[in-house]
Amino acid sequence: MNIMTEAATEELLEKKMNAVPLKMVGKDVSVYYGDKRALYDVNLNVRENTVTALIGPSGCGKSTFLRTLNRMNDTIDGCRVTGSITLDGDDVYDPSIDVVELRARVGMVFQKPNPFPKTIYENVAYGPRIHGLAKSKADLDLVVEHSLQKAGLWNEVKDRLQEGGTGLSGGQQQRLCIARAVAVSPEVILMDEPCSALDPIATAKVEELIHELRANFTIVIVTHSMQQAARVSQRTAMFHLGNLVEENDTDKMFTNPDDQRTQDYIMGRFG
Amino acid sequence: MSTTLLFAILLVIAAVAYVLGRMRAGTLSQGRSSALHSRPNYYGAFVALVAFLPPLILVAIWLAVSPFVINSAVSDTFPEEVKGQSQAQQSLAFGMVKTIARGLPLLSEEEVRAVKQDPSSLQSVFAGKGFAVAAEAQSYMLDSAATLNAKSQTSRTVLAALALALSAAGAFFALRVVTPRFRARNQVERVMLWALLLASSIAILTTVGIVASMLTEALRFFSAVPAYEFFFGTVWDPRFAGAGASSSGQFGLIPLLAGTLYIGFVAMLVAVPVGLFAAIYMAEYASPRMRSLAKPLLEVLAGIPTIVYGFFALVTVGPFLRDLSAQMSGLLTGNYASFIQAQSVITAGIVMGIMLIPYVSSLSDDIITAVPRALRDGSLGLGATRSETIKRVILPAALPGIVGALLMTASRAIGETMIVVLAAGVAARMQINPFEPMTTVTVKIVNQLTGDLEFTSPQTLVAFALGITLFCITLALNIYALYIVRKYREQYE
Repeated sequence: MNIMTEAATEELLEKKMNAVPLKMVGKDVSVYYGDKRALYDVNLNVRENTVTALIGPSGCGKSTFLRTLNRMNDTIDGCRVTGSITLDGDDVYDPSIDVVELRARVGMVFQKPNPFPKTIYENVAYGPRIHGLAKSKADLDLVVEHSLQKAGLWNEVKDRLQEGGTGLSGGQQQRLCIARAVAVSPEVILMDEPCSALDPIATAKVEELIHELRANFTIVIVTHSMQQAARVSQRTAMFHLGNLVEENDTDKMFTNPDDQRTQDYIMGRFG
Repeated sequence: MSTTLLFAILLVIAAVAYVLGRMRAGTLSQGRSSALHSRPNYYGAFVALVAFLPPLILVAIWLAVSPFVINSAVSDTFPEEVKGQSQAQQSLAFGMVKTIARGLPLLSEEEVRAVKQDPSSLQSVFAGKGFAVAAEAQSYMLDSAATLNAKSQTSRTVLAALALALSAAGAFFALRVVTPRFRARNQVERVMLWALLLASSIAILTTVGIVASMLTEALRFFSAVPAYEFFFGTVWDPRFAGAGASSSGQFGLIPLLAGTLYIGFVAMLVAVPVGLFAAIYMAEYASPRMRSLAKPLLEVLAGIPTIVYGFFALVTVGPFLRDLSAQMSGLLTGNYASFIQAQSVITAGIVMGIMLIPYVSSLSDDIITAVPRALRDGSLGLGATRSETIKRVILPAALPGIVGALLMTASRAIGETMIVVLAAGVAARMQINPFEPMTTVTVKIVNQLTGDLEFTSPQTLVAFALGITLFCITLALNIYALYIVRKYREQYE
């Protein structure tokens, strides 16, 4: 009886979750670095206004998959992608797609904070400037302010916008990079282990920020920390040796995963 | 005993000392290497160093000092009338003695006796042995030469004995010092530290020495010609000594400096855009295959001797520009007179610019490649194109390094001589037409130092004043480059 109810609830939940439209769809995605194959036919969907966490041991292909979503792998020599990835139904690997435009729609935050060697203001204004998103200086000021507010950094830096972005602390730098990504008004934000170079307090701030960003953006985050995946995401995908092991609701993934390997990894038996 | 043989023996002693030191360490530890403070090699090295270094220092000092002692002793044997002669003649006589001393061992005893009877025959006797003597010998010279040989012989023997004794004593002492807890490793490393220090101080002291020697000569020049006439004079007309009543001539630096800066400027105008664009292509766009092919080719340019560039300017670029200008003026005015001379600022500038391209591109390429990949990814990840990324992120980040590279290139341009001699001529003129010849500081330095000139005349000494001026300019450029690099680094890192 009890089991029945649980199954029923699950079904209900599933329906509810499935009601959320799919933002990006990866179909049979394989990636090769030269002769080496890094991903094996991954089928993974990214839901709109959802935080999707990609977990798995080092070298499992989770960052590789993340970078296929906005074609950052194009910048690596000898990297080849097969299969299809769509953004709102359009294949991002279609030759007619402008990769620059794609990356404006699918922004990225990197593992190590990488602010440009410019002022804080210029860092945030960089994207809007190259994409012509602001009509005037006042407009641009507004974009910068809003982006910094969304990244929860405004109060800390509003008096020193003209100081170098590299002078901030590691956590502030990472939030600056998030503000920089937000300023372009992307639809999807990819985060590649955004907290791995940060201390716990800065990490907590970034995680809180991810929660808030979810309202406006679709987020895909690669993380090494299972706790982090559990805290920030609604959906979790587990990679192992270039294969997608399991993709599920985060709650289910961490309590009752379908796959034995997921269970082992979460329990800390490998990885 | 010759110095070479002495060195060989010292080296053998050191090698033996090394083996003994190792063995002693082995015996003391009874085979348990953990009982030793350092690995056995260090004990060997320590003993070898103590056996080798002190004699080495002794030999160095002895070889530096003993010639003075011996020479003064030999000079004392000269007859009174020679001692009364001038310094120059005495040193001439001493030179003869030294030559004879080198030749004496070649003669047999009878020959020596015969030569002593008739010193004038010495020249022919030596010539028969294939040994040339400059002038006729006098009898006292033979005695002095014999003394010189004897004293040198004694000196070498004493040195050899002392050095070998010191070496053996050192080895013995060092072997006594070795105990299991002896910190041989630290001692050996301290010697290494001193060796490193010595090497770097040699480089610094050489620089100081060069500057000091230039400075003293330049000061002699400035005692003959007032400094303001040199630094602010607008006419370069050094005249050869004795050419007229006012034999000192005019030594105005300004025309030379203007020529140097003008030609350097034209060269940078050619080299900077081409070199920088080539570097950007190599670093950001070229495929690895293209890069591995094109980069060495570009750097071949850097290996070409500048005199070859000079030929290129002289036989190709100069005539080409001249003919081109003739054609152009012919088309425009109907008068086929060339307005670019074959030797001109622009010829030298273009060819020097070509020479500098590989420096600019190679240095800038390294700097651009050193910009962290994270910055590139960050910009590309925001939807910037490659060229936007380069313009707005990579070049600003690389700017301090690039500015430094450009200033280094500029000091090369200022120091360049051969191309200018062949491409822009040697006429020191003050004008602003790039199609006319001009010349540079370095060319005039060469000009003033070649030929039969007295080394004390201002005409020659001015070369040192020019040299020190050039040195100050390049030094200032380098310091400024460092300043800029530091300033930007503070801002960007």
